[in-house]
Amino acid sequence: MLIIGEKLSIIAKRVREAILHRDRSPIQEIAVNQWRAGAGMIDANIGPAGEEGEALMEWMVTTIQEVVPLPVCLDTTNAGAVEAGLRVHDNTWGRPMINSTSNDPERFPMLELAAQYNALIIGLAVGKGGLPADAEERCALAAEIMGRAMECGVPLEDLYLDPLVLQIATSQDHARHVLNAVKMFQELNEPAMKTVVGLSNISNGCPKHIRPILNKHYFTLLMHEGLAAAIADPHEVAETVKTLDVLQGRIVYAHSYLEM
Amino acid sequence: MVFTEPKEAFPGSIYDITFGAERTVTFGGENSLAFHGFEGAAPHHPVIAFEVQDSLPDDWPPAVHDVYAGVSGDPAAWAQFCQNELKAQAIALRLLSTHPDRADRSAADAARTVADVLAAVSVPLIILGSNHVEKDAEVLVAAAEAAKGRKCIIGKAQEKNYRTITAAAMANDHLLIALSELDINLCKQLNILITQMGYARERIIIDPMCSALGYGLDYTWSVMERIRLAALAQNDAVMQQPMLADVGMYVWKTKEAQAPEAELPRWGSLKQRGIAWEVITAGSMLLAGAELLIMRHPEAVASIEQFIGELSVTEAG
Repeated sequence: MLIIGEKLSIIAKRVREAILHRDRSPIQEIAVNQWRAGAGMIDANIGPAGEEGEALMEWMVTTIQEVVPLPVCLDTTNAGAVEAGLRVHDNTWGRPMINSTSNDPERFPMLELAAQYNALIIGLAVGKGGLPADAEERCALAAEIMGRAMECGVPLEDLYLDPLVLQIATSQDHARHVLNAVKMFQELNEPAMKTVVGLSNISNGCPKHIRPILNKHYFTLLMHEGLAAAIADPHEVAETVKTLDVLQGRIVYAHSYLEM
Repeated sequence: MVFTEPKEAFPGSIYDITFGAERTVTFGGENSLAFHGFEGAAPHHPVIAFEVQDSLPDDWPPAVHDVYAGVSGDPAAWAQFCQNELKAQAIALRLLSTHPDRADRSAADAARTVADVLAAVSVPLIILGSNHVEKDAEVLVAAAEAAKGRKCIIGKAQEKNYRTITAAAMANDHLLIALSELDINLCKQLNILITQMGYARERIIIDPMCSALGYGLDYTWSVMERIRLAALAQNDAVMQQPMLADVGMYVWKTKEAQAPEAELPRWGSLKQRGIAWEVITAGSMLLAGAELLIMRHPEAVASIEQFIGELSVTEAG
């Protein structure tokens, strides 16, 4: 299970202010905390970021990799910023990931960047139109993205399909649709396609104290369906990952397994 | 279509261990199953240590005791005999007389014995207690101090005494045997507890507890096999240590190695029986993944060395 640390998002006030003042220490502290808690990659969400996007993504990638031996997930709709991030990314710690392409033509250039820079890429199961209604529609969108990835020369094992987790508070049925989609996505290719979710979307808009409960339980179900990666708070899911590794026989049990 | 030989590659590998000072030996380091050198790297052969005891081995049957007649009353002479005459790669000194049910000799006595043996030989030394949980904690601390600078393997640390023994190994720069009793979960737990004391996991040797052919060998086999698969296939960093099989002590107390020919004429030569029992037990442990063996009879050791040589094919072979 690849955990992509979600905490460096411009939506968070502390991160936004650090970005605004180009203050490296809060960014690095958050990155280190996520790494220590078990993240295998750090998401750098800079939003759409207009003209200054390129400089900003460069700054984020180098700031993160200066203190953390991990690859970075470049999270923005701004293709120029993605390319700037890819250019400075230190692949010693693993290949970078682009977050994301989709079935929306505006997001197609992301696949070309993935091919050009040998990066991993998330394919979000949405298109130009509205949101997918169910697991089947998600699969149809995923198949489109897979076809385009192959045309662009992106190997399917580098593509992580994202079924688009929606809020439980407003779209309860989609919780089940996403679980089904995670299972069905894997069957779209042999070897199985990899899947990824933005986990905390499930509890977006819910009271603060129940958010971790929803996240953790939903994550357990997703892992059971064979999820390969999650953009999540590693502090919140590390226990679940380790426990399911034991329960599903991927690792030998020992009383201190949580401390490993 | 050209036939391609299927080969299994594992994500994990086994730590290698080098012990000794003046002379050293190295074992472990592979990333494939035992004798599967054609599938991966197996840089070192398993190592066999000759067992030496700190007091007359009066419970060893004559078939093996006779080999050491004249030296078995003096551990330094015995060790020297193993090194010089039997060309031992390593020696395992068992401080059996410290056991309260035997001579109950003191930790200070044991330390003197260790110093005498170390003065007599240059091959690497394994220092073993008497397998009495409380007494070993005293004896092995004194022994570890007496052997400081010689980078020995000491043991065995168990769930109930690992703290003191680990601290002694750490303070005196020795390697450590961690013993659990045929239980893969306790084996992993003990390794975690030892590493949580700050002791490097690359310096542990796993003893999953040996047993002789006909006396639970299949249990040891299956635990060893599971430990090795956890190390290689699951890439579990706290299970990637080399494994010890303490063969001789289990083999030479079996009925097959002891019952006289007069009583059981159909079983054939008593001497050959014991040697065969030690060979089959040791060979099985090697196939299950052991990299370090402690053995008694030189003829059994010679057979096993030949066995290792014949099975150790490299990538090209």
